[in-house]
Amino acid sequence: MSRAAASPPLVPPAKQEHDATLFGMGIFLASEFLLFGGLFTILVFYRIVHGHEVVEASKELHLWIGALNTVVLLTSSLAAALAAKSAKDGDQRLTQRLLLAAAALGAVFLVIKAGEYSLEYGDGMLPVPGGGGQLVEPLSRLFMNIYLVATGLHAVHLTIGIGLFVFTAFRIWHRSIRLPQDQLSIVVPTLYWHLVDIVWIFLYPALYLQR
Amino acid sequence: MSALSKTSEDGSIIGLEHEPAGETRHERESYLRAGHTLRSWLLTTDHKRIALLYLVSVTFFFFIGGLAAAIMRVDLLTPEADLLTNEGYNRAFTLHGVIMVWFFLIPSIPNVFGNFLIPLMIGARDLAFPRLNLLSWYIYWLGGLFTLWVLVSGGVDTGWTFYTPLSSMFAQGNVVMAATAVFIVGFSSILTGLNFIVTIHTMRAPGMHWGRLPLFVWSHYATSVILVLATPVLTVTLALIAAERLFGLGIFDPALGGDPLLYQHLFWFYSHPAVYIMVLPGLAVVSELVAAAARKPVFGYWFVAYSSIAIAAIGFLVWAHHMFVSGMSMYAGAVFSFLSLVVAVPSGIKVYNWTATLWKGHISLDPPFLFAMGFIGLFVVGGLTGLILAMLAVDVHVHDTYFVVAHFHYIMVGGTVSAYFGALHFWWPKMTGRLYPVFWGRVTAVMIFVGFNLTFFPQFILGFLGMPRRYHVYDQQFQVLHVLSSTGATILGFAYLFPLIYLLYALRHGTPASANPWDVTGLEWTVPSPPPKHNFERIPLVTRKPYDYEVEKEEQS
Ligand code: HEM
Ligand SMILES: [Cu+2]
Repeated sequence: MSRAAASPPLVPPAKQEHDATLFGMGIFLASEFLLFGGLFTILVFYRIVHGHEVVEASKELHLWIGALNTVVLLTSSLAAALAAKSAKDGDQRLTQRLLLAAAALGAVFLVIKAGEYSLEYGDGMLPVPGGGGQLVEPLSRLFMNIYLVATGLHAVHLTIGIGLFVFTAFRIWHRSIRLPQDQLSIVVPTLYWHLVDIVWIFLYPALYLQR
Repeated sequence: MSALSKTSEDGSIIGLEHEPAGETRHERESYLRAGHTLRSWLLTTDHKRIALLYLVSVTFFFFIGGLAAAIMRVDLLTPEADLLTNEGYNRAFTLHGVIMVWFFLIPSIPNVFGNFLIPLMIGARDLAFPRLNLLSWYIYWLGGLFTLWVLVSGGVDTGWTFYTPLSSMFAQGNVVMAATAVFIVGFSSILTGLNFIVTIHTMRAPGMHWGRLPLFVWSHYATSVILVLATPVLTVTLALIAAERLFGLGIFDPALGGDPLLYQHLFWFYSHPAVYIMVLPGLAVVSELVAAAARKPVFGYWFVAYSSIAIAAIGFLVWAHHMFVSGMSMYAGAVFSFLSLVVAVPSGIKVYNWTATLWKGHISLDPPFLFAMGFIGLFVVGGLTGLILAMLAVDVHVHDTYFVVAHFHYIMVGGTVSAYFGALHFWWPKMTGRLYPVFWGRVTAVMIFVGFNLTFFPQFILGFLGMPRRYHVYDQQFQVLHVLSSTGATILGFAYLFPLIYLLYALRHGTPASANPWDVTGLEWTVPSPPPKHNFERIPLVTRKPYDYEVEKEEQS
């Protein structure tokens, strides 16, 4: 069915590796989407089954804090996208700075989110031990449960993303990444960042804007 | 290994005083001899070595899961609860299910044979991400250690399905730990699936276009897609159960506004596709074995290839057939009943095509092919009873009886485990370089077939007569059938042990295998047995279709 080729492989290994990495990342992200997909299914399910109560519960969330965080996250995503571009242009310094900027904005997001949680905790709205005093209505408690799980899972992803960016910036400084040759090492974490970003773009309306 | 020998940088052996008896040149140059230290195995990125690591690991879990089954079968010999307490029986079948599904069946064929063969079959030197491959083995073991911990710390009693509210509110066992184990092993599956998809897309040798891929690769491709897309849903669902037990987050708790049925939807959204994760690799193996047995091209190559994809796609749409009696709407029931009948069509296509392939072939009765024939028979029974269960009206009567138990064992054990043993007997000479005693292989194949039917056929009748599953105290009238089943299980148990003996024996004392001992087609048979570390000295150029047996004959004459 075959014979040994006298000619070298048609695809140069470097190109093959490049394609493989991007493709693998794409599949990984698809898998991540389905991770959140389970939670979205739950949200949609309860919205359909208990529309009125879910809307009422959604009104209790701090709409504007969420909106502010959306802006922060989108700005950080812009920085990440610019980092990927400047990596292609081979500008090491700029790439490094943009990565750190994106990471810093991500940290700001987490700080704001933590503030929001503590507000909710103070109001007795957070379904954690000692915090859910005001959640007498079962469905509003359920809604806050989903809220906590979904935003918590998102925050975990964001934290991983920040770690990736700081680590990548460090590697540029350490010269173990050289641009533009190693641009893939920048592109892959920024792709991950965009996942975190897009998940929030869906979470924000699904949680805050159902009112 | 002689104490005098040392291993040089590149793994070749210096100063070896006593060579192990009868070592062949190919063996000396093979991946098996490329490094002898434990470290060279535990840190290997060679897909072939990782495959062997998995082989040892899944065998270990297979026997632990089998032990749980054996204990249950002994207990079921009499209608009373004489060996296990009620609680103990619940724990035994839960552990059996969890281990067999997630630690044996799902990783078995893909991680052992897929890992070993996909690069060889497509003409590549390794998978696309060799280190990720090793990582997935470590994650598998991390999950495995959690499971063993559950085992020694008293077990779980929820059944492998972890249904709420039992699992979240009432179960006493170590539910969180067990859910964590399954949660962790899921990441191992995702990484493997990802690696296979990328490898099949980007690493094919020149000329190996999609129409020339062996059907084994097609089926593994479909399996990988399911692994990557379904597993994360299970991950989230299990995390929610753990959160409910630990922090009282009541997403499935009706007292808090949650809905336990939602759990079933999410679980089966994963677990129905997961049954195809378990059986598609079996179909992959059998497609290869049938072509090899008949020495003919597979009849309707594209039908067989696309039926794998169709199974993967439709498999996502039928999950609620596990929930016909859970109180969902009649219309939903009818739709899911219909869709479940549809998913049988691509499976049927495969069986027809295999039969047509075998028709008028010069069928060889060597062990791997006996396993393949056994597979076809048992898979057909499992599939047809699946159709019976998919009929809404019938299922209302036999749901949660032994009929269901028999059905899924025909598919998962009769089907996939037979295919697994078929693969083991077919590719063992390639993996180890040694031939095994064919006679014992034949004996094992026949014993598995007979033992299996004796174990599980009576369970169809039991279920039909109304014996519920997951009970160990039962009505007197069922005892005869239970005793038959336990007798069969004894035969089956011995048959599963045999290969362990003669295959390991062959490792040292078997005759060295040629590159192509079965005289079949496929790139993996063009390299020496066992293959060298980097598989191909030169990346091959593929110029022909797979399974072109007749063409070869014409050339010879
Ligand atoms: C790879 C092999 C096997 C797999 C994947 C497998 C899988 C399963 C699964 C998923 C269950 C359902 C557990 C539950 O309902 O909670 C089960 C139950 C059971 N299996 Fe297996 N099984 C395998 C082999 C065997 C063998 C070899 C035997 C007999 C020797 C056996 C005997 C049983 C018994 C007695 C039950 C309990 C039925 C009940 O009480 O509900 N299984 N198996
Ligand atoms: Cu199903």
